[in-house]
Amino acid sequence: MKTVSSLLDDEWYKRYKKISKLNIRSSIYDVTNRCNLRCKGCFFFSSNEHKAANEEVDIKKWESFVEKEKERGVNLAILIGGEPTLCLDRVEVFDKQLSTFCATNGLIKIPRDRFPKMGIGISLWGSGEDEKVLRGKNTFPISSKNYEGDPYTYYLYTITPRQIGKTEHVIRKIEAAGLKVHMQLLSNDEGVDGFFWTIEELKDIREEMDDMLDRYPGTVISSKYYHEVITTGKMLGRPFGWGECPSVTAPLDKREPRPKHLTNFVRWASDLQTMHRCCTSETRNCSTCKDGAAHMSWIMVNKRAHMQSTGDLQNWIEVYEMFAKLYQFIPW
Amino acid sequence: MLMENKIMGIGLRIAQIMIDELKLEDVTAETFNPDIDLVDEVGIDSMDLATVALVIRDEYGIRIDEDDYPKLITIRLIAEYIGGKLDEKSELIDD
Repeated sequence: MKTVSSLLDDEWYKRYKKISKLNIRSSIYDVTNRCNLRCKGCFFFSSNEHKAANEEVDIKKWESFVEKEKERGVNLAILIGGEPTLCLDRVEVFDKQLSTFCATNGLIKIPRDRFPKMGIGISLWGSGEDEKVLRGKNTFPISSKNYEGDPYTYYLYTITPRQIGKTEHVIRKIEAAGLKVHMQLLSNDEGVDGFFWTIEELKDIREEMDDMLDRYPGTVISSKYYHEVITTGKMLGRPFGWGECPSVTAPLDKREPRPKHLTNFVRWASDLQTMHRCCTSETRNCSTCKDGAAHMSWIMVNKRAHMQSTGDLQNWIEVYEMFAKLYQFIPW
Repeated sequence: MLMENKIMGIGLRIAQIMIDELKLEDVTAETFNPDIDLVDEVGIDSMDLATVALVIRDEYGIRIDEDDYPKLITIRLIAEYIGGKLDEKSELIDD
């Protein structure tokens, strides 16, 4: 029987032991339905999820809700929206009780005296030109000034097909701001012309992502196996899609057979009662979904499938480490 | 001694259930180390344990509480857990 220790040498086994007991139990929360941007391709607005529920405004109810989430076994709260920084009192409720990660567009600075070590991910949709086309403004000059040198912040760089050949420029700017970067790919939910991926483009961007990881290892938080899976949409020969997605809200998951999935995962709407189907949107075509976290989780929940060879298990470890770094379970 | 034999018997059966349900290769119930860490070493996760727990429920009439999964990390610990539950059950019937 193949076992972990039979597949790994001492160095890799030590790395494995650092993550093997983390037991990460995440759920995702819409903090608010409002945003100070309206990006083309933002699944939250394109699929009308901002209208799915009325925001709970009583902060006491947020407090008791988070308490119950802790009792449910959640040990990582991922806050999205809308723009969470529009409701910092709600963000604070999470941060006081749970390991919390807040996704933001970076236009509003999260005060570190109030949130000393909270993980922050700033969304970035490419170069200034792409940002203007897709988001209506170039957010980088503001967000990089707000978070310059922050040790718990990274950019979540959503790469578009137009970024091929230009990612290094963006990564160098991020490096110059003293921040880290993680890369994912645009899913183009709203079908903006010129932003669909072709197979050739996906091959090109995979090479470029690999190259960026090799050349900026202190800045880029990623793994080549993750690049492979997200650009090909395949893991160990299996295609990603509805039948494989690990981040479907558990109580709504009626799939048969049920694939490997995140334990007790829920994506909550801002009324704290409504559940969204999955970590992105119900209207998205799962077979072309490029969501980075969903693909990372897909790999992570399939550990035993990666125990066929040393290389597969090393790939699995690297992806798990990447996830653990991005959500501050281990240092960068 | 009787007790140890009983636990060993349950352990062998648990090992076979795991091999069958999780399609583990190159191992038999007899060669399956009862003390190997199933999570850390074999890569078994809570979903795998839930699959095994269903078969155990059907065979032994015992429900494994999901909250107990984290402590059931070896074949021996699972066998002892089931043995304990079976004893509880028979005591209830005796009463």
